[in-house]
Amino acid sequence: MHPAFSVIFLTTLIGAGQGLFIALFLTESLGLLGMAPTQNGNFLALGTLASLILLGLGLIASFFHLGRPERAWRTATKWRTSWLSREVIVLPAFMGVVFLYGLAHWLNFNPTLLTLPGDRAVLVTVALGMAGTLLAVALFVSTAMIYAAVKFLQEWHSPLTVVNYTVLGAASGFTLATAYAAWSGAQLVHVLASTAIALTLLGLVTRIASLIRNARIKPKSTLQTAIGVKHPRIVQKSQGFMGGSFNTREFFHHKSEGFVRAVKWIFLIAAFAIPTILLAVSLLMTVDPTSVLIAAALIQYLGLVAERWFFFAQANHPQNLYYQSVA
Amino acid sequence: MTQLALVIDLNVCVGCHACVTSCKEWNTSGEAGPLVDLRPYDADPTGTFFNRVQTFEVGEYPNTETVHFPKSCLHCEEPPCVPVCPTGASYKREEDGIVLVDYDKCIGCKYCSWACPYGVREVDAQRRVMTKCTLCVDRIYDQALPEWDRKPACVRACPTNARLFGDVHDPDSEVSTAIRENGGYQLMPEWGTKPANHYLPRHKTRITVREDELERTDNPLRIDSKLPKPDRDEPSLDDVTSW
Amino acid sequence: MMPQTPSQEVKNTTCYMCACRCGIRVHVRDGEVRYIDGNPDHPINKGVICAKGSSGIMKQYSPARLTRPLRRRQGAERGAGDFEAISWEEAFSMLEGRLAHLRETDPKKFALFTGRDQMQALTGLFAKQFGTPNYAAHGGFCSVNMAAGMIYTIGGSFWEFGGPDLERSKLFVMIGTAEDHHSNPLKIAISKFKREGGRFISINPVRTGYSAIADEWVPIRPGTDSALLLALIHEIIAKGLYDRDFLVRYSNGGQLVNVDEANDEFGMFLRDEAPASDGCYDPQDKLWWDRRTDRAVRTHSADADPYLLGEFRLEDGTLAKPAFQLLKERVEEYTPEWASRITGIPVETIRRLAHEMGVTARDQRIELPIAWTDSWGVEHESVTGNPVSFHAMRGLAAHSNGFHSIRALAILMSLLGTIDRPGGFRHKAPFPRPIPPCARTPKGPEGVQPGKPLDGMVLGWPAEPDDLFVDEQGEPVRIDKAFSWEYPLAVHGMMHNVITNAWRGDPYRIDTLLIFMANMAWNSTMNTVEVRKMLNDKDENGEYRIPFLVVADAFQSEMTAFADLVLPDTTYLERHDAMSMLDRPISEFDGPADSVRIPVVPPKGECKPFQEVLIELGSRLKLPAFTTPEGKRKYRDYPDFVVNYETEPGSGIGFLAGWRGKGGEKALRGEPNPNQWEMYAKNNCVYHHELPKSYQYMRNWNKGYLEWSQRNRITRYAEPILIHLYSEVLMKFRAAAQGKGTSRRPPAHLAERVATYFDPLPFHYDPLECQATDKHTYPLAAITQRPMAMYHSWDSQNAWLRQIHTHNLLFVNPVTAKNAGIQDDDWIWVESQWGKVRCMAKYSEAVEPGTVWTWNAIGKAAGAWNLSPKSNEARKGFLLNHLISEELPSDQGRISNSDPVTGQASWYDVRVRIYKAEADEPKVTAPQFDTVKPFPGQSKRPRVWNFFAAKGGK
Repeated sequence: MHPAFSVIFLTTLIGAGQGLFIALFLTESLGLLGMAPTQNGNFLALGTLASLILLGLGLIASFFHLGRPERAWRTATKWRTSWLSREVIVLPAFMGVVFLYGLAHWLNFNPTLLTLPGDRAVLVTVALGMAGTLLAVALFVSTAMIYAAVKFLQEWHSPLTVVNYTVLGAASGFTLATAYAAWSGAQLVHVLASTAIALTLLGLVTRIASLIRNARIKPKSTLQTAIGVKHPRIVQKSQGFMGGSFNTREFFHHKSEGFVRAVKWIFLIAAFAIPTILLAVSLLMTVDPTSVLIAAALIQYLGLVAERWFFFAQANHPQNLYYQSVA
Repeated sequence: MTQLALVIDLNVCVGCHACVTSCKEWNTSGEAGPLVDLRPYDADPTGTFFNRVQTFEVGEYPNTETVHFPKSCLHCEEPPCVPVCPTGASYKREEDGIVLVDYDKCIGCKYCSWACPYGVREVDAQRRVMTKCTLCVDRIYDQALPEWDRKPACVRACPTNARLFGDVHDPDSEVSTAIRENGGYQLMPEWGTKPANHYLPRHKTRITVREDELERTDNPLRIDSKLPKPDRDEPSLDDVTSW
Repeated sequence: MMPQTPSQEVKNTTCYMCACRCGIRVHVRDGEVRYIDGNPDHPINKGVICAKGSSGIMKQYSPARLTRPLRRRQGAERGAGDFEAISWEEAFSMLEGRLAHLRETDPKKFALFTGRDQMQALTGLFAKQFGTPNYAAHGGFCSVNMAAGMIYTIGGSFWEFGGPDLERSKLFVMIGTAEDHHSNPLKIAISKFKREGGRFISINPVRTGYSAIADEWVPIRPGTDSALLLALIHEIIAKGLYDRDFLVRYSNGGQLVNVDEANDEFGMFLRDEAPASDGCYDPQDKLWWDRRTDRAVRTHSADADPYLLGEFRLEDGTLAKPAFQLLKERVEEYTPEWASRITGIPVETIRRLAHEMGVTARDQRIELPIAWTDSWGVEHESVTGNPVSFHAMRGLAAHSNGFHSIRALAILMSLLGTIDRPGGFRHKAPFPRPIPPCARTPKGPEGVQPGKPLDGMVLGWPAEPDDLFVDEQGEPVRIDKAFSWEYPLAVHGMMHNVITNAWRGDPYRIDTLLIFMANMAWNSTMNTVEVRKMLNDKDENGEYRIPFLVVADAFQSEMTAFADLVLPDTTYLERHDAMSMLDRPISEFDGPADSVRIPVVPPKGECKPFQEVLIELGSRLKLPAFTTPEGKRKYRDYPDFVVNYETEPGSGIGFLAGWRGKGGEKALRGEPNPNQWEMYAKNNCVYHHELPKSYQYMRNWNKGYLEWSQRNRITRYAEPILIHLYSEVLMKFRAAAQGKGTSRRPPAHLAERVATYFDPLPFHYDPLECQATDKHTYPLAAITQRPMAMYHSWDSQNAWLRQIHTHNLLFVNPVTAKNAGIQDDDWIWVESQWGKVRCMAKYSEAVEPGTVWTWNAIGKAAGAWNLSPKSNEARKGFLLNHLISEELPSDQGRISNSDPVTGQASWYDVRVRIYKAEADEPKVTAPQFDTVKPFPGQSKRPRVWNFFAAKGGK
């Protein structure tokens, strides 16, 4: 497939935004549970704003993917069948909750919403945080399912796609959260960095799992089934036009195999190896680890951009069987 | 229920591209148009077409088959492009099974094209909406056209009549008969899309000449090889030998 | 559903996106062409249309449209493309002044050569009236071998003149056919034929187009067709699979040939009295050796049955053999084993093909209950036929051995008994014609006189050496040397040598060359690089060697750049045309048909149909045919001319055969009808005269048909037209070359050439260019194929068609390519002994390993046709023409690279080698040419083209 930067930025930015939100809510929850220092509202509000900005940028990027963005509102109508439609519903809903969550913290508006049996008070921010987390997961799933649901793209058509989108989004969000915590001087670097390392390593495992799976894929369609001729040797001579078409632009990366391979190594290093090392270094550092962590977050994000580029480039659409040769 | 479709006979398609440009011609000024052409007189011209003719070589010299292969939307009975559309712009008509795009609803997200294994949808680069074969829905029901003319433009144009058009659910239709009797098949059956369009395969006609059929009693050589009889009065051995 | 807008009109006319001439319906919405589809009531295409026809709209919008007359700017160099727009009046006065002077002094200094224009009846008339012998259309570089080889054998030929009766055929063999010729009718017929269970065999070095759907593809090495055909004849005769009854009665196979070598009449037919022929027909005065009475009798004597084989001595002692015996002797050495080595086709395949043809012809006889009477008065209760048919075109023709290959094909078809019979080959009116047809050129320079029309036809059919157009020394009178001893039967002229000859002044210099609709600076010329230099070359006085070059065309092209004067023509949707019986009509097997074009949109800018230019010039120059006896202009315009012109005053024969007579009540012959155009318009623009069934077959010998044809002045004579298995016409030229007989003799240096190639029986020889090539250095044949979606160089300006063929590659068998170290899509050099071309290679399993090929005429010069100089056509497209020479070295200097009999351009004889281009070479085809400059008034190329007719969509 052609890796469109609109979609690459959309998925990586909102993924980081979702991860960051989850990380923030986790810090709040840990604080409430006394398992970590409690953070003040401003820390959470500012962090939520960052998450919201990432989500907003992703949303803006997504418009560049549409031929007719002015009609984007129509996309919400087919949620019964279309994962794309679901994503379009979940993303603003999530953003709304994130906004409210941030606003509540900003205004320090945090009354008890209700009291559960056993005298457990449920604060507004916790309710919003839990709703947000659910929506973040829903958003991970719907975004990933846009790709995983297309059975023709065998590289995508796997639960691993959902796992990867979720884990990689979360990992990048946690790394970012770690850097944010370090920058704002919150006493959370340790717990966040550990989680970020865990998520990054988990992401490495699941991503490698998908690489291994994809390397073994036997294409379901062949030239034989594409044109219905049973002969072992079929070669396309002419795709019927020579100057290119939508079908030659949308479904091909137009890069060499070497380039694609290089991108794979780049993302394995940049999205996983370097951030893991930097996060680990930050744990051992005695001086302020902010700059190291910012570098980790930035490198990981760029690595994930490469990962997403590779994700598209690697997917081989069966329609390409029909568009191989000009003559 | 009606399912309109094309049946394409690879046994007679000579790859002339008549269906390609007649389609472009009808549709660019029709309900589905205009179909843009970019850089029409410059390097790498490109444009929106609903129909293409491709060429494949099967086998190795000298046992090579050159297969010309026209391809447009197959109007699947289980069209994977329809449910994925977030706006409902991509839809399949109940009444005749034609898969269409509502250009007013389409947001140009291209997701339907990802969900089509056949590569038959094209985003019009100018209108920025998804376009595709409509089976000339603006011809086939047009009461202003005489009945013989109510066919897709490609079917009307095809010089070898390699494109048959009709209802594949009607067992007595020309298309159903052709599929049944000539081994009509669907493309990429492995996906379960159940394309309504079918293809008819190549078949070979042979003549067998057996050794004993070559010679006949009326072989003209027997007539012409009879050389003229010499005159009885011409000299012969009879005249000069006596034993 | 949106209803059709009420402003929509449908107008009938005739397509001209190729030479096929299909009936089209042009849907016009608010004055703009919205849709063009096939006319279902048209006999040619029966409602279908091809890729080109469906893209006709884009021709109207071509940015290469010329819209004003252009004159080379004073002082600008020719070829620089520096023009100024002028008025038509200025253009006409320039031409009038120049041409009037030439006509009064030396009319042959004006030469008019045209491309595939479909108006040879008018252009030929103009040239003849002007008095110049220097006229021809493109036939000489197209397929004259096909016309001449078959017409000199069976009195008819393929395409416009006849074709395979696929409706009743069982076995169809196609050899070397261009896919843009007679395309829709052939596509319709092949498809029906296949669906009805017919067997289709394609013999071609390449498997594309029609060949793709053949039941069997028989790859053959280019230029070896005669070897295959002669071997098939060998096998058919050896197995006795010929149709004896047919040959006896309808061919000259039983006629006795004088084989007395000492006799001056050696090689001529024996006649039962002194030849009494005063017309151009084949008098029935020859002899058979009758089997029953065992003596020589006049042919077709009642109850006589000739021997086809044997050797006989006449009463006067003359030794004679039937022509068929000579044919049998000729093919004795042409065994399948011999042919296999030459053609690359396995021996078993050749034998099997012969057996399939012979046995199908013999055992699947068709009998139709149609009574008819033959020329000898014998009444037949039925028409019979043998269902084996053939079609062939340039693949056979465009070789310097093509004439004899095609003679061999016509003879094979005749042996199978398939001439004008159901299931075989069928004629189309005005064919069959006498062998050869009656038209003759003047016989010497005295036929060309100042101020007078030419004393003879501009093109003709020589029947003997005395019919040649040469002076007393035997030197050519025509600039292209057609009808000279070098190319005696150059019946379509030799356009491919005009520029070279005029440049060299051999046989003489000319003054004005008018080229209509032919891209002689590009794909229509051989040796393109040098010919372009010749067009620009100046003599020692600084004058252009070709002093005045006029180009009439609708589009800017490589050619228009070289013009001194450009005349903008209209497109086919903007003008009147007549597909005339006087030219090449659209006749069907069942009878004559002609058709017209009627404008559906007004001409763009100041475009003027070329016919109007000729009528105007003819009137200004007061050429007799265009002037009243009082010296006034005779015809208002071309439509007026078409209605009122008669070949002779009161002849009743004009350009159109339909709706003649005052009220349109007559056909074929009758006085002019002032409403003739309207009647064509009402009738699908076609006149189709269906003959009675009894006149539809066996027309060479069908008394009823021949007399009908004579009554309607399609032919002058109603004599039977016997098939010339043995060609006495050719023998007459050979005899003259051997110093026999009383006719003209060739110049000494050409005697051997004429004696060799004017063999009365077909024979195989290596094409002349191959004889002059070191085949170890240049082992591969290089040929072109015609893409079905493009017509010559016309369609690169077409926004839709050019997307299908934007550039071209050289197709190479992978085995051949790998031997040369070439990978798929590599840049390579293709080199012949004449030139070299850099291009890209493409692997193909559908090409014979000794052959490489590419699509014809896709490559363009930068800027030509108003394509961007960076267009793929210019940067990645190429012409094979650069590798092909228009001349070959000979003992006497240089001689045309043409068939020595007919002057047919030998496009497909070139031999090449291929090798990989260096890695550091530019990824651009070579040679490249200076960018053609924009012309005044050239329209801008749109970057985005959003065509929506009549909605201002653009």
